[in-house]
Amino acid sequence: MHSFEFTRPADQAAAISTAAQSKTAQQGADVRFLGGGTTLIDLMKLNVEAPSRVLDINRLPLDKIEDTPDRGLMIGATSRNSALAYHPKVQRDYSVLSQAILQGASAQIRNMATVAGNLLQRTRCVYFRDTAMACNKREPGTGCPAITGHNRTLAILGASEHCIATNPSDMCVAMAALEATIHVTGPKGSREIPFGDFYLLPGDTPHIETVLEPGDLITHVTLPPPIPGSKQVYLKLRDRASYEFALASAAVVLTIASGKITHARIALGGIGTRPWRSPDAEQVLTGSAESESNFRRAAEEALRGAKPQSENGFKIELAKRCLTHALRTAVS
Amino acid sequence: MSSTPTGANTTPMQKAAADAAVPAIAIPITLRINGEEYSLRLDPRTTLLDCLRETVTLTGTKKGCDHGQCGACTVHVNGLRVLSCLSFAAVHDGDEITTIEGLGTPDTMHPMQEAFFTHDAYQCGYCTSGQIMSAVALLKEPCGPDDAEVKELMSGNICRCGAYGNIVAAIQAVRRRT
Repeated sequence: MHSFEFTRPADQAAAISTAAQSKTAQQGADVRFLGGGTTLIDLMKLNVEAPSRVLDINRLPLDKIEDTPDRGLMIGATSRNSALAYHPKVQRDYSVLSQAILQGASAQIRNMATVAGNLLQRTRCVYFRDTAMACNKREPGTGCPAITGHNRTLAILGASEHCIATNPSDMCVAMAALEATIHVTGPKGSREIPFGDFYLLPGDTPHIETVLEPGDLITHVTLPPPIPGSKQVYLKLRDRASYEFALASAAVVLTIASGKITHARIALGGIGTRPWRSPDAEQVLTGSAESESNFRRAAEEALRGAKPQSENGFKIELAKRCLTHALRTAVS
Repeated sequence: MSSTPTGANTTPMQKAAADAAVPAIAIPITLRINGEEYSLRLDPRTTLLDCLRETVTLTGTKKGCDHGQCGACTVHVNGLRVLSCLSFAAVHDGDEITTIEGLGTPDTMHPMQEAFFTHDAYQCGYCTSGQIMSAVALLKEPCGPDDAEVKELMSGNICRCGAYGNIVAAIQAVRRRT
């Protein structure tokens, strides 16, 4: 691991002004905020990340989880994944989020990892983690050995000829379906970023994963007020029963009245280069009867345009069945 | 790295560690480990795991993968189980840390240690301290009564010998008693 200076900024303003001195907030950032460390320290040990300054933000007052004035939920950036998953209001009103978090990582990691850290965990593959290999995300322009190599678990939606890494987060899939908003404060002030605008497709710049600029600090995430009577399911399919990334996952939020779906929010995980919300599937479902054929039609829409790599063609049908089963479970 | 334990029971190894070279960027931190206070100067790269094993010489906590995949390094920080390999020691200034050495002794074992012993819940023993630290934390976590729920919440602790069946039995025996 490269040497670095470790400091604990006295307040948010100090954290932001120091981080703003970094040339980038993306891959290769010279200054990094440290939350739980479960991704960052792993990557620093591998020399994939080598910041010269690490800012410990764990003691900034950003760990609250509380109601918003409109009865939604404010989730502090440094609140822990386990605290969020077991929060009574999350379990009652946003259960898809609790289900997703508790199917991710391990109990120890959920106790450590922060909510903002989960948002910013890297979209990655084994080649990104291995400095002996080329990787356009780690070293732009060097190539993507995953495309001709091991890609069984990698993306089938949103990939480019430069990068096919999958966003591994479960929490983010639920947040996409819940239409979360990410609140950021930076050198130029504060702004709100809709969840769907936060992550970028790899294109020819896979080293840039989010819209964050140097000095930008995620302060909290908000969820809109809960939808009364909504049925929420997170279904995750994987090679092992626990402590494994998704091959395909689906977050489903449905409201049903008189046999018809009146509200549908659908997001998929494990298959995309970012948390993958599907407005097309939502459109198929909204106003439709809760039937097996409509669920399958929605799944076909969600995976339209999916492009398999040499080893992961099975994920297209797997993801369709995952979404169909999640919808079936939600209405049963 | 150096250590300057302020507790009464400074060991020769702790004194030897105090004499080791300290990098210029070393930072002062104070850890409370198993009820004892340690004032240390550490290279900021030092993980909590390496601090426990190399600086404070509490070697009950094991290094398996060193990347958060195996759970052998599990300790408690302020009562919560965490992976000491994926945490810088410097982050834990002032925190209360419990390792396997703080749980019990050979003569007065923690009920979970006793249960692992009586259920033969290990073979080589390398993952065992991490398994026990996880299992003790699990007692206070939301966990349903079934074996499946115990297995789910213990999935971050890998046992290459495959002693899982007896590990679950040991944990369930303690849960039934408490």
